[in-house]
Amino acid sequence: MSGEKHSLSKDFSSPACGGTTVLPMTHTDSNRLQPFDLDEIMNCMHCGFCLPTCPTYQQTGLETYSPRGRIALMKGVATGQLPVNEEFEQHMNACLGCRACETACPAGVPYGSLLETARHVVQETKQETAKPSVLRNLIFERVFPYPKRVRRLGHVLWGAQALGLQSFANQTGLIRVLPKSMREMQKAVETVASPRERRKREQHMKAEGETKLTVGLFTGCVMDVMFFETNQATARLLTKAGCDVVFVEAQNCCGAMHAHSGEMAGAKELAKRNIEAFEQAGVDFIVNNAGGCGAALKEYGHWFKGDPVWEERAKRFAARNRDANELLAELPPLQFSKPLNYKVTYQDSCHLAHGQGVRNQPRELLRRIPGLELVEMRHPDSCCGSAGTYNLTQFEMSMQILDDKMEEVRETKAHLIVTSNPGCLLQMKQGILRAGLDKQMEAVHIMDLLDRAL
Amino acid sequence: MISPELKAQLQALVGDKWVLDRPADLYAYSYDATPMYQAMPDAVVFPASAQEVSGILQLANTHQIPIITRGSGTNLAGSTIPIQSGIVLNMNRMNQIHEIDTANLTATVGPGVVTANLHHAVEALGLFYPPDPGSMRISTIGGNIAQGAGGMRGLKYGVTKDYVMGLEYVLPSGEILRCGGKNVKDVAGYDMTRLLVGSEGTLAVITEVTLKLLPLPETKRTLVAYYRNLVDAAKTVEAIIASKIIPATVEFMDQGTMKVVDDFAKLGLPLEMKSMLLIEQDGPAEVVNRDIEQIATIAQEHRAAGVEVASTPEEGAKLLAARRAALSALSRLKPTTILEDATVPRSRLAEMVEEVERVAEKYGVQICTFGHAGDGNLHPTCMTDERNREEIERVEKAFEEIFHAAIRLGGTITGEHGVGLAKKDFLHLKTGEAGLELMQRLKAAFDPNGILNPGKIVNFTNRRRLVVQR
Repeated sequence: MSGEKHSLSKDFSSPACGGTTVLPMTHTDSNRLQPFDLDEIMNCMHCGFCLPTCPTYQQTGLETYSPRGRIALMKGVATGQLPVNEEFEQHMNACLGCRACETACPAGVPYGSLLETARHVVQETKQETAKPSVLRNLIFERVFPYPKRVRRLGHVLWGAQALGLQSFANQTGLIRVLPKSMREMQKAVETVASPRERRKREQHMKAEGETKLTVGLFTGCVMDVMFFETNQATARLLTKAGCDVVFVEAQNCCGAMHAHSGEMAGAKELAKRNIEAFEQAGVDFIVNNAGGCGAALKEYGHWFKGDPVWEERAKRFAARNRDANELLAELPPLQFSKPLNYKVTYQDSCHLAHGQGVRNQPRELLRRIPGLELVEMRHPDSCCGSAGTYNLTQFEMSMQILDDKMEEVRETKAHLIVTSNPGCLLQMKQGILRAGLDKQMEAVHIMDLLDRAL
Repeated sequence: MISPELKAQLQALVGDKWVLDRPADLYAYSYDATPMYQAMPDAVVFPASAQEVSGILQLANTHQIPIITRGSGTNLAGSTIPIQSGIVLNMNRMNQIHEIDTANLTATVGPGVVTANLHHAVEALGLFYPPDPGSMRISTIGGNIAQGAGGMRGLKYGVTKDYVMGLEYVLPSGEILRCGGKNVKDVAGYDMTRLLVGSEGTLAVITEVTLKLLPLPETKRTLVAYYRNLVDAAKTVEAIIASKIIPATVEFMDQGTMKVVDDFAKLGLPLEMKSMLLIEQDGPAEVVNRDIEQIATIAQEHRAAGVEVASTPEEGAKLLAARRAALSALSRLKPTTILEDATVPRSRLAEMVEEVERVAEKYGVQICTFGHAGDGNLHPTCMTDERNREEIERVEKAFEEIFHAAIRLGGTITGEHGVGLAKKDFLHLKTGEAGLELMQRLKAAFDPNGILNPGKIVNFTNRRRLVVQR
């Protein structure tokens, strides 16, 4: 390294520019640095093929906002050349984690997992020095690990909507007290299901006709609160396609948000409970309708790499997971009887397309709906800027990316933007409002649209 | 470290947010796409105009600060490594396409325009900018010119240097000069345009470019031929050209390269084969069809085990895109991939291929070879691990022997990547000592203080060698 064989004597000794040397690489045994797999980092040969696909690089033109730059910074940290500090944290947090770079990478660098490790290293380092923030603690330790609490949050949300608190807050200006990112988001929030509707849900739905498969629906934490009806629609589609659908009570959040934020311990706890819950349910497949969750569920094997007790169980679990689009495309074709005379455009969920390689299946399903016309935008598999909690934590960048995305959407003249992930759906709804297209355009989850055409 | 005064002066020139000097920012500009080189700059500055570049260069010249001009950092010769620290001058804000002149068939652009974006813009008007270096989706026109980049269409259309008609450039003194222009014929003085192409930012900073365009070919077709050894493929290439067919592209991949490319792009290549040729012809349909048929016949006559013609242009494009990813895909195999760029006259290609095989065996190193067979331009690529010093030494010896072989066959040490740091120790093989000295004097004429990309191509000296003692 450091161009050793060409270490030329320095010709310059300007007082204005003193020269900055690269620290030598040190291989340390510190626990903090062990999680990085240096071989995986070194497989990045800095070719830069990832740069044109990276939404944050496209926005900034800065190397530190590119996958190549971030991997370099990780290498700097892993080899002791750079400290784990606020600057490193900022750069890791500025990444959407959309993994478009993985699709583009000829060298097969597993960027998503490197990023998770980097954020984990940041969290570990911070815990050594300071207490985590109250909000982080609330989200990651007090709410998402507990399905009941998430549901209760949903009830509160439903109550607020039912009582008209949202419009009250809007009218009184109370809304202005909320941070701008929250204010913008809440405009796009759906009406959530009432507690009574939730309780009415049957725990077991029979296939129409002969049972071909028994599947467990992974309901997801956010999905089941904010998009309860989408889960019901997914279940209906699956029964129509010949699946018995089971709602497994003991399941909980997939842990993706924890993992993406560097909270690996919390992520693994959630994963263990899901593995156990679905092992006991005895289903053929576990089906989800949220690209973000699906990618995480399929990565459980990787999360438990080297764990003598859990690795094998996690791998078996991961292998049985399917996105709803993926499974529906494999089963005998659904008969859509209601024509939907819309022009639609499909926004890929990053973790469905780049994370799971599911691109054609949702498009094939859409094309089977009579009357429906699919118009592609220029970069359908480029991130919309939602990226989990990114649109809250990195609001400005998220909105720049979203506004560019909406320009592409506008060009398609579509009536509907179809997505397959709750985060993207909310973001697209927000995008429609920001672009002033709400009179002519709607955002919809693909399962809801397919269900409408049944 | 950059002094607060200098930082303030730079910020006054380009704006606060376009001067970076935090440690992580500097670290992110300490490398390019060349393996094993790294050095930290003192600052990274993003100018937006020739005037800003001029101001920065005057400051740097006064304070004797190195200036390393950079596009997207995809070069493979270590040409943008700030080995003597200094200011990295990142040109990617100057990415405007100023004009596409359909009457004169020229495009005038900023140096920061991404090559593939220029392709899209001119092709939308039925025009064609042929140079297509492997990293064209991210490399910049300025970077292509600085490195003298080639690509896969070199055989028929030539390379970057054949398309640069005029430049605007800034000298360390701050003077903004122009050379060439839209004239097809122009012999007014020395050809400064050609001199600046391939000068790797050691002579001037390029701030505007006028490029030659062609009409977009009517159609194209792609053919692949597979072989049970390497030499038959090389002989096929020689035979095609000897029969007076000039295909747009003739690419070669050996078995190791085919495997990794297939792993990335899922093409379904027959991986039991030892080598393949990827050939594309473009032009009017009847010419393309006739040439492709004839090429297929020649391939079969040279013991091709299989010949297939891509059924659609998309299929052909997919094959070519996969080939462009070959180098990066090879890094799947080992942590470090070192590639070389030895080039020989086309008629010596088969000998060169055999030479590479022999050297790899002699030094016990793993070398995969791919490249632009039609140009005699091979990329023997070594899969290694930079942490293994002993192996790296053997790799270096192997490549040294390959360079010598290329020169012996009438070739050159680098066909399209440039000299930078990586080939600097071998430049004398090609130019001779007198040639090196002349280059040093040229450098001193442009850059008397040696601030422009110091340590690249040639060592800087502003003294004439004393031949006669008085």
